[in-house]
Amino acid sequence: MPETLLSVRGLEVAYGGIRAVKGIDLEVRGGELVALIGANGAGKTSTLKALSGLLRPAAGRIDYDGTEVTGKPAYHLVRQGLAMVPEGRGVFPRLTVAENLAMGAYVRNDKPAILRDLAHAYSLFPRLAERRSQLAGTLSGGEQQMLAMARALMCRPRLLLLDEPSMGLAPLMVQKIFETVRAVAAEGVTMLLVEQNAKLALETCHRGYVMESGSVVLADNAAALLRNPQVRQAYLGE
Amino acid sequence: MMPLRGNPLLHWTAWLALALLLLAAPFMIEALLGRAWVRIADVALLFIMLALGLNIVVGFAGLLDLGYIAFFAVGAYSYALLASPQFAVHWPFYVILPLGAAMAAVFGILLGAPTLRLRGDYLAIVTLGFGEIIRVFLNNLNRPVNITNGPQGITLIDPLQFGGFSLAQTHQLAGLTFTPVHNYYFVFLAGALISIAISLRLEDSRIGRAWVAIRDDELAASAMGINTRNMKLLAFAMGATFGGVAGGLFASFQGFISPESFHLIDSIMVLCMVVLGGMGNVWGVVLGAVLLTALPEALRYVGPLQQRWFGEVFVDPSDLRMLLFGLALVLMMLFRPSGMLPARRRAPGPLPAAAGKAHGNG
Repeated sequence: MPETLLSVRGLEVAYGGIRAVKGIDLEVRGGELVALIGANGAGKTSTLKALSGLLRPAAGRIDYDGTEVTGKPAYHLVRQGLAMVPEGRGVFPRLTVAENLAMGAYVRNDKPAILRDLAHAYSLFPRLAERRSQLAGTLSGGEQQMLAMARALMCRPRLLLLDEPSMGLAPLMVQKIFETVRAVAAEGVTMLLVEQNAKLALETCHRGYVMESGSVVLADNAAALLRNPQVRQAYLGE
Repeated sequence: MMPLRGNPLLHWTAWLALALLLLAAPFMIEALLGRAWVRIADVALLFIMLALGLNIVVGFAGLLDLGYIAFFAVGAYSYALLASPQFAVHWPFYVILPLGAAMAAVFGILLGAPTLRLRGDYLAIVTLGFGEIIRVFLNNLNRPVNITNGPQGITLIDPLQFGGFSLAQTHQLAGLTFTPVHNYYFVFLAGALISIAISLRLEDSRIGRAWVAIRDDELAASAMGINTRNMKLLAFAMGATFGGVAGGLFASFQGFISPESFHLIDSIMVLCMVVLGGMGNVWGVVLGAVLLTALPEALRYVGPLQQRWFGEVFVDPSDLRMLLFGLALVLMMLFRPSGMLPARRRAPGPLPAAAGKAHGNG
């Protein structure tokens, strides 16, 4: 069994007095694709924000790559290879595609390697190469999502946290985005994926966690979750 | 303004012509428009420094600051207190100008630290309050211990002095008469050019790119590994430094300062220069500072013109001046909302070699 890359114990996230995440455990092993699914307001995004250092957890412990990183800020984690694609894509609308990608390599100094990675990103996403001088704000939703993922790859992450990559996209585009997720996984990037589209997420990932009002209620192999009658009824519309 | 690229000879000739023009400007202005306009040119150069400082905060980092004049005040008072009879200390400018800049930077961080989580309207309100607090402090710090001399302000501030060469005296050099406004023109020109150079370098640096990222999307910027807290504090501190230096120069130039020189309207004026010129564009901001300094002065001639054309003055020029000025602002914002020279779009880098051939999925 591959080593554990990320391990979370008793994580709690609170906004003022309201606890959005009420003590969850989860684990991601090297090379895995893990889905975190659940309804709106279940605490998925709060969990991801705490893991990526954008929010300070109220309680619990986060270990990444063998060291404790609880409460470490995002700029520290990105340098360790833990990157995040924020919800709602979060591209820089007034920068060009090329500039957005350059921002992705902000923490790196190895110019020749950055250029190689840029070339590689363009080969993974030829659409972005065509539009490299266009302002990111003028791209379609799907293209922005591609850009956000390509940009995250520019910091050479070992673990990529993806927040709702399919949000607000047309069904055809959603399929394309998940193809991209698989392509990125094939690059050897471990991923934790937060999704509302439970079916696609579970079909793409190895394992899954189901969150409900701040707690993990189910954790299993993706295939088993897809067969689970509870999941089928609540999230797959059966 | 920007010399031509391509032909190197043409390029250097253009730069040389620009340099000669800037050096000859005070004498040309004096000959054409009178000495009062040399003083206006001095003030315009000061405003270039101020506007470029505010441009770092507002244009580069996207943090709306309505109290910017407070840093100008901090710099001016730092200079005035250490080079006037107020405390009977007369330190040389090369000590107090950097000191004033550092003081302003400290105040920049003092303003920045509590407002790190604020953006847009909320940040604007806090910075507005900060600007007023500084002014009110300066107004009231004459009791119980007299520090700032309150509303009376500080008088007899030392002029800049290079060895035995005082900028407050008239000198004859090479057949030209250098009055104090001429002397200060060259000092302020140097200050403005240094400010422009720093701004241009910053814009194209790692720090500059981090600011732009924060301006566009702060959450995404921190996801890129940018330390948004430090970068925002740095923007406040650097912007304040420009203001502090300009303030010190202003105090030495005027010889007199009082809290009256640092009102909200002055903060708004500098902001207008930045916005009208083109937020984030260094040359635009320079143009904005020059035009907004010159325009209200030029509108003073509305009175005499009425006298000449109609034989009497219908509208009081001081009323009409602000009216026309306001109208100019409104029209500008309607027709060129991103300023006279909108922020420059960088040309995209060349496509890396490998990308052209590859066809992955997308």
